[in-house]
Amino acid sequence: MSARAAELPWWADALVMPVLNLALAFLVSGGVLLALGEDPIECVQIMFNGAFSSGSGIGYTLFYATNFIFTGLAFAVAFHAGLFNIGVEGQAYIAGLGVALASLYFEFLPAPVIILLAIVFSAAFGAAWAFIPAYLQAKRGSHLVITTIMFNFIATALMAFLLVNFLKPDGDMAPETRTFAEHARMPLLQDVFGWFGLTMAQSPLNLSFVWALICAAAVSLLVWRTRLGYELRTLGASPDAAVYAGMPVTRLTVIALMISGALGGFLALNEVMGSQNRLTLEFSGGYGFVGIAVALMGRSRSIGIILAAILFGALYQGGAELAFDKPNITRDMVVLVQGLVILMAGALEHMLRPTVGRLFAGCSTTATAQEA
Amino acid sequence: MSVSGPAAAIDLKGIDKRFGAVHANKAVSLAIAPGTIHGIVGENGAGKSTLMSILYGFYQADAGEIFINGAPRKIVRPSDAIAAGIGMVHQHFMLVEPFTVLENVVLGAEGGARLIGGLTKARTELQRLGDAYNMSVPLDTPVSELAVGVQQRVEILKALYRGADVLILDEPTGVLTPSEADHLFRVLDQLRHQGKTVIFITHKLREIMAITDNVSVMRRGEIVGTVATKTTTPQALAELMVGRTVRLKVDKAARAPGPVVLDVRELSATDNRGTTRLRDVSFTIREGEIVGIAGVAGNGQSELLEVLAGIRRRASGEILLHGQPLDPAHTDPAKLREARCAHVPEDRHRMGLVMSFSACENTILGYQDDPRFTPHGLLNRTAIAADTSGKMIAFDVRPGNPQLRASLFSGGNQQKLVLAREFERDPTLLIVGQPTRGVDIGAIEFIHKRLIAMRDAGKAVLLVSVELDEIRALADRVLVMFDGRIVGERGPDASEQDLGLLMAGIAS
Repeated sequence: MSARAAELPWWADALVMPVLNLALAFLVSGGVLLALGEDPIECVQIMFNGAFSSGSGIGYTLFYATNFIFTGLAFAVAFHAGLFNIGVEGQAYIAGLGVALASLYFEFLPAPVIILLAIVFSAAFGAAWAFIPAYLQAKRGSHLVITTIMFNFIATALMAFLLVNFLKPDGDMAPETRTFAEHARMPLLQDVFGWFGLTMAQSPLNLSFVWALICAAAVSLLVWRTRLGYELRTLGASPDAAVYAGMPVTRLTVIALMISGALGGFLALNEVMGSQNRLTLEFSGGYGFVGIAVALMGRSRSIGIILAAILFGALYQGGAELAFDKPNITRDMVVLVQGLVILMAGALEHMLRPTVGRLFAGCSTTATAQEA
Repeated sequence: MSVSGPAAAIDLKGIDKRFGAVHANKAVSLAIAPGTIHGIVGENGAGKSTLMSILYGFYQADAGEIFINGAPRKIVRPSDAIAAGIGMVHQHFMLVEPFTVLENVVLGAEGGARLIGGLTKARTELQRLGDAYNMSVPLDTPVSELAVGVQQRVEILKALYRGADVLILDEPTGVLTPSEADHLFRVLDQLRHQGKTVIFITHKLREIMAITDNVSVMRRGEIVGTVATKTTTPQALAELMVGRTVRLKVDKAARAPGPVVLDVRELSATDNRGTTRLRDVSFTIREGEIVGIAGVAGNGQSELLEVLAGIRRRASGEILLHGQPLDPAHTDPAKLREARCAHVPEDRHRMGLVMSFSACENTILGYQDDPRFTPHGLLNRTAIAADTSGKMIAFDVRPGNPQLRASLFSGGNQQKLVLAREFERDPTLLIVGQPTRGVDIGAIEFIHKRLIAMRDAGKAVLLVSVELDEIRALADRVLVMFDGRIVGERGPDASEQDLGLLMAGIAS
């Protein structure tokens, strides 16, 4: 009788639940649209077309998805170790400094070296910003959720201070750095395609997307195929078992959060180096927080995170189109839909689960061997 | 069921319950006569707890009916059960530790927004109940300050206060000293005399024989027999439980112990809150010897195990392994494993296994640095699976599927998995905590044989168990712990009374 509530087969856990949660979120959103006097079906069409029907729409969708992949992976790595890193937002924001450092102060170097440096610096800055809360958690027992939230605020203040007082070119009004030189930017995918004589629609989609996919594969390898990943998962699943097994718990906590911070830091590659081409205020734009939902929805698996990130990317891009087409609907509507998806997929994860569990309980499930 | 005489206090008819693929209760029918103590025995996973949880409203049966005093009742949630006059005392008490006894008793039956009315009413009623059943408890003391046996009485009073006519006790003696258990039996006897009905769930046949009027045996979700207790024997019950002949005694040849392996000198340690839990504990273990630590749970045994396994820092004292002192600053589980000390932790769910991991991933727990398993920091899945398969065969772990999640094995097979991992490393010192807790009889037999085999192979074994029978069956020397001290040493043939007095801290 150790199986308490009926467990779901893995494929139902990975597919049925997210789809159901998503459907519910869309259903509620549809109700809101109806109340606004809009036709929900038409709105879905506009959003879908906006996100997927044109080359440029797809480009934008994937551009946003890149941000979500980075922040989703960042959250997931820490989550595997049982750590709730709510500070990806701040870590990504600080990592912008690393990118700016590479692109502004090393612009005398050739482009590939600058890109490499930007990757290293953004990871280092993100990891460093995660290190302090990690250390406090591991050594002093300060609650990670509290400290990382605080560090988000500190990051906001620190960046504003640095931009206004040091990084802004003299005489400029806007608190942002000067624009990066042509070769110190992340190459757009349309340009990369151009080098091979291929054409691609205009969009800010850049090489960071490829890097995001590489990171997803690397995270998957790390978590499931390495000793470090095994140790992180043990720590996450049962801290007592990790101690029993002689794992260096303090060190693992710090490592998990620094990897998390580094992955979150890559957001700056996409936003700062790939799209805005300068360090601006608040470029992290909440992607770090949405990354939590992406990771939860993607079940902390790389494939799931990529799919969830594309979904959220499509919501961003389609939502922008919707707001453009329908004066009645503001961008806030998109935030509402996102909020509902987060609510259903994240916070209310367990709402539908028992019912679905009961449905599956009748059918014969995977080989369970309970009988002694 | 034909009704002759008074209607059954509890009559379960055709109770059926499935959890996914597991058929926990198969059309179970059980009638319990009023004013009797009815024992239910069965191996772990036989479906006893499920059946009682259905009766108490934690689960709902897929099929079947519940009759109480002859009338059908729908029990959907515990409050329905309470309304029907059923009370339950759980194995792990459901008490709020910082609250006083009185506050705990009124919890959930406060009787209004203002507490004072309910408290006054409860105070008079509790005094009456305490007198009637000979169970005095201090009403204004926080529960955390009470001994375990007294806490249990609070649970019983709580149920009676809510008007229970039927009391379900789930493994009530697991946490009690022999004398506390005796006291509990006297209380139960009193309850029976007052016309209450008691359902007594246990896996200890001795207790069944001592206190119950009737006994039902469960196996694999079914009731395989209900008999009047005085017409049966422990051996017959054990065979009903397991479905085959079992040996309740272990064969153990005499063996002269070798040189000292572990030498513990004046060891002291505190728990996480800083309370001293170990006080100047000294003992030695030799090669080819099982030293048993007996005692009621919570008298420092857990801390002793943790200190010896390197999990907990000692406050003072010395530990010598093969004559070499262990540096307290550098004694961690990894180092001790290198020094060939194996540790089977008391709590396999929390510590010994990661329940969400596969059997494979669990067999490298603690040995994750072994280059055979993780060459260059990468998991060698093939090697790990092959190793796990071998261990599963050696320890008869069923089903022998290395990819199966640990939580899907039965308690006995989970424990065998832990033992396989620790034993197969050929340790010189073996630290074992509660090796058969929550393990079925068949597996207990197997585990005991393996422990004896390790001893016969010249290993030094420290065995901590709250099961006195287990200690007496296996140990070559018995140390009794009380309040963090070793209060006495006896041979394995010491009488139960003798050990019981030591465990209660009365004799020395």
